[in-house]
Parts: sequence; structure tokens; C-alpha cells
Amino acid sequence: MNSIELHNILPYVFEGRDVQSEIWLQDVVFQKGETYLVEASSGTGKSSLCSYIIGYRKDYLGNICFDGNDIRQHKVSDWINIRKHSLSLLFQELRLFPELTAMENIDIKNGLTNHKSRKEIETWFERLGIADKMNAKVGRMSFGQQQRVAMIRALVQPFDFLMADEPISHLDDENGAIMASIMMEEVKRQGAGVIITSIGKHMQLPYAKTFRL
Amino acid sequence: MMSLVWKLLRQHISIAQLAGFFFANLFGMFIVLLGLQFYSDVKPLFSQEDGFLKPEYLIVSKRISGMSMLGAGESCGFSEKEVADISSQSFCKSVGVFTASQYRVVCSMGVSGVAQFGTEMFFESVPDKFIDSDLSNWSFSSEDGTIPIILPRTYLAIYNFGFAQSQSLPKISEGIVGMIDMLVVLRGNGQEQRLKGKVIGFSSRLNTILVPESFIQWSNAKFAPEADLTPNRLIVEVKNPTDDAIVKYINDHNLELENDKLDAGKATYFLRLVTVLVICVGMLISILSFYILMLSIYLLVQKNTEKLRNLLLIGYSPVRVSLPYQLLTVGMNGLVLALSIIILYIVRSYYMNMLWVMFPQMQDGSLCPSLLLGVGLFLTVSLINIIAVRNRVMKIWNRKE
Repeated sequence: MNSIELHNILPYVFEGRDVQSEIWLQDVVFQKGETYLVEASSGTGKSSLCSYIIGYRKDYLGNICFDGNDIRQHKVSDWINIRKHSLSLLFQELRLFPELTAMENIDIKNGLTNHKSRKEIETWFERLGIADKMNAKVGRMSFGQQQRVAMIRALVQPFDFLMADEPISHLDDENGAIMASIMMEEVKRQGAGVIITSIGKHMQLPYAKTFRL
Repeated sequence: MMSLVWKLLRQHISIAQLAGFFFANLFGMFIVLLGLQFYSDVKPLFSQEDGFLKPEYLIVSKRISGMSMLGAGESCGFSEKEVADISSQSFCKSVGVFTASQYRVVCSMGVSGVAQFGTEMFFESVPDKFIDSDLSNWSFSSEDGTIPIILPRTYLAIYNFGFAQSQSLPKISEGIVGMIDMLVVLRGNGQEQRLKGKVIGFSSRLNTILVPESFIQWSNAKFAPEADLTPNRLIVEVKNPTDDAIVKYINDHNLELENDKLDAGKATYFLRLVTVLVICVGMLISILSFYILMLSIYLLVQKNTEKLRNLLLIGYSPVRVSLPYQLLTVGMNGLVLALSIIILYIVRSYYMNMLWVMFPQMQDGSLCPSLLLGVGLFLTVSLINIIAVRNRVMKIWNRKE
């Protein structure tokens, strides 16, 4: 997948409102290999945008295309393929499984493609400072720790695009920087594009373009 | 990795609900299978040639009044005209006459040639097509000298269940009776002849000591050439034993039915009704238990909706996340099937032993019909379960949950 194109999209709920946005009702193209920042205030539909692109919600006007193909036409099997091999999303609400340990949360994702070795995953845990939490239930971890687990999970798959919805909202600057460097290493290795959203604090990265939502 | 998915999705499984389903379904399935199996085991008794409830044959005699005893009333026998009249009735398919021996018969019995006891007796015959026993040895030739005999099955039952039981004597089977030597002495018309007798079968329909018609004709001609051969009893094959016309005719002509086969017809009907009822009850229990399972699974999916949704969002296919629940239900259904077949097998061998004592002529049926029904039910229910789970997961996929 080389590009994600947004053509005049707008959430149904914004219909009729006077929308001033660089995303909504615009033609926007995200290219593979580039890094983008989507800055937003609360309630401007940032997480909705992520849900549309990952194929979770369809309550929008306009079209979203991957490589020119309208994603409304994608079948279940297409989506499964995309989610396994082309598009990775770090959800704002994380969507981890609290009953499982941190490592099990990673394994359940890595097992789909066996993209990363146990060694690589453990290295990430160490660098993010949560090596001691590897076998702890995610439900018992702080949100900041969970955010780091969710980042690792987002990275243990092949992808052409990585979307991170407020990835460092609960991290201090130091951990935020470590997470950003781990993320960018993997992104570079895969030659992927990155779309980061933020409502304030955001990763310091060489963004190709910043959009105001 | 599948075990991780299972670890996730088994959350909220209610053992109590599944156990409730399991036993309810086991119970229902077992009743259904038992109903069908019992029906198919007992059915031959209704329909086979010597079926004890086969209702199409009536044995008719004239009512014996005080006058006829004194010889002043009508004759006890049926004239040719009367037989023809019965044959012409609309309810009648065919009529056979009983022909009795008209000479003295003394029979002594023993095992291995040692005579045990003797008695005077008589023989009767009816046309072969009215006989409800295996007729492969049913022929007499005066050269051979062995008389094939068919006894009423009630004789054996009286001995086995009345006499032998109270006197602690061994019960005897039909096969053993066939091994008893009988010496039959026929006397009449100034002649005497000794012949061998052999019991070749038993009849539930004909309550008399039966010999082949050819033997009766030969022996009556030889030992009682001048005797009156007016039949006293008739065997009537009727089209429909519940026909009111039969009862009316019997009453109008002052006749009597020997064993009220009309009641037997009702008993057959009643037994079928009970079987159908039992199967229906079993089905109902099965359906209810199936409903419990579906509710239980729906509840489980509902409670785990968030987990299922997250699995789908990180790249699991609906097929893959449905699989654990599908395997769970199919596994439970399979276990229920296996257990109910095992229990059925045990129960069946128990009741078959009882039936064999009562109806030794019964053939050993097979478990096939109930096995087929069981497997059929299993496949149907499992298929519905698989589709239902899949539909639920697709609802989550489509964000309708």
C-alpha cells in the first residue's frame, strides 16, 4: 500500500456545521515513507478519522482510498489482510487485553505474522523501561505503561503505514523520546509512512506535513 | 497462539449454564433416541407375520347357548352357506375354516425316547395362508410319518410364567420344545397308527393344536371316513378391524370372537401414540436445551464483545475468533451424542433381555436408526450453532453489537 487518500470526507455528525479543517472536506494524500502530524482540539473527530482509516467505522461522507481503491468496497478478507500486513494502528484507547500479561498481549498480535523475534520484543521492553512488567497483567499496569505495551504491539507486524493516536499522552518527555526513536527505527526499517495525531503534546519528529484537523 | 485467544475468550464462560445445557440436552437426546430405538425394536412385533398384535385376523365361532348344549338349538357348526355369507361381507378379505380331527388321538411325550407322560388330544387345521409361523417344515407325507405341529404360544407362556416359575422348574425355550419327541397314536375306523410328532413352531394367532391341512384330510379319510366335517370355527381376514360393520354382523348373527383382536388394534394404536409422544417430549427437551445453549453462547459473546472486537481490529479474522466458541459447542454436542448412545446401548440391552423373555421370536434389531437420528441431530444442531456463532461475530464486525 503506497498511499492513503481522503476525498472530501466528513463525519456524519459534522454535517451542516461550518467546518474549518485541513482534513475534513479536503483532498488529502498520505504517502508511504513520509511522516505526518494531525493536530487537533478535543471533539474535532481525531479518533473518528483513525476509525475510518482502520475500517472500523463507516459513518462518514466522501471517500477514503488505499492506492486509489475505495475502502468501502473492501471485503472482510481484504480488511484482515490490511490489518495484518499493511496498516498498524496504536489506538488512543489502546485496546489491550487486561486479562493477559504484557508479553501475552504482544504474542497474540505477533503470532499472526511472527514478524518479530522474542529477543527483539524483549529489547523493546527493556528500552521502554517496562522489562519488569513483561509478565504482569496489563490490567494492573498504569496507563503510561500500557501505552508503551500498545506501541510495541503496534510495531510487531509488517506495515506500510503506522497510525498512532495520541501515542505519548501519558508519557514523560524522556520516555516519549525513547518511544519515538523505537518507532522511527521500525518505520525506517519497513520504509513505512507514519500518521501521528495529537491534541497538544506530540513527538518531536521531522514531519513532512502538519494538518490542523 | 490459539491458546492465548482461548484464554481470552473463555472469560465469562458459565460452567453452570453449560452444565445445564449439557444435562438437559443429554436427557432430551437420550429420550429421543430411546423412543426411536424402542419403537424400531418393538415394531416388528406389530408387523411381522406372527405379530402378537396383528389385528387383521378374527377367529369367529357361534355363541354357545344353553339350548345348543342340549342339542336342541341351532348347530354349532358353520354351513357352507353361512361361510359364503361371511365371505361376501364388505369387511371380509378371506375366510378359512378350521377342520378338526374326527378320531381319537393319544399323544405321549418324552425326551430322548423315554416317555414322560401322555394325554388324549385333538388336532385342527386351517389353510396355510392363515398360519403365522415359519412354514418351512410344514408338510406331511404318510410315508415319512412325522406330523409337524404348531402350538399356541400361550401354552409356552403358561408353562414358563405360571407353572415353571412357581415350581422352580427351568423355563423352556421354543427351540427346546422342538427337540421333544412326541409319539402320536391315531385310532378310529377300526385302525390304529403310530406316528411321530414334532413341534415346529408356535402361533400367537391360532389358539389350537395345529397340523397341516393335508394331514387332517388324509387322517380323517383314513380313521373317520364318515364323520361330519362341518367347521365350528372360522378364521376371517378383515380389511379394517375397527370397522363397525364387523361388530354389527357378529351381534346380528349371534357369533363370538374368540380373542378380541379388535382391542389389540387399539393397543397397537395406543403404543404408537405413546412412542410418538415420548419422542415428542424428548424433542421438546432437546429443543429447549438447544435454546439454553444458544442463549448461553449469545451471552458469552455479548460479555466478550469488547475482546472479540479488539481481536478483529488487530487483524484476527471472524472465522478465527468464531472458532473457539464453535469448537466448544460442537464438542459439547459431540459429547452429548456419544454419552447418549452409550446410555442407550446399556438401557437397550436391559430392555431387550426383558422383551426376549416375553417374545422369544423377536429378532435382534440394530442400533442403526437411532444412531442415524443421533448423528443427524448432532450435525443439524452443530451446523446451526456454527452459523449462529459466526453471525454473532459478524454483527460485532459490522458494529451492530
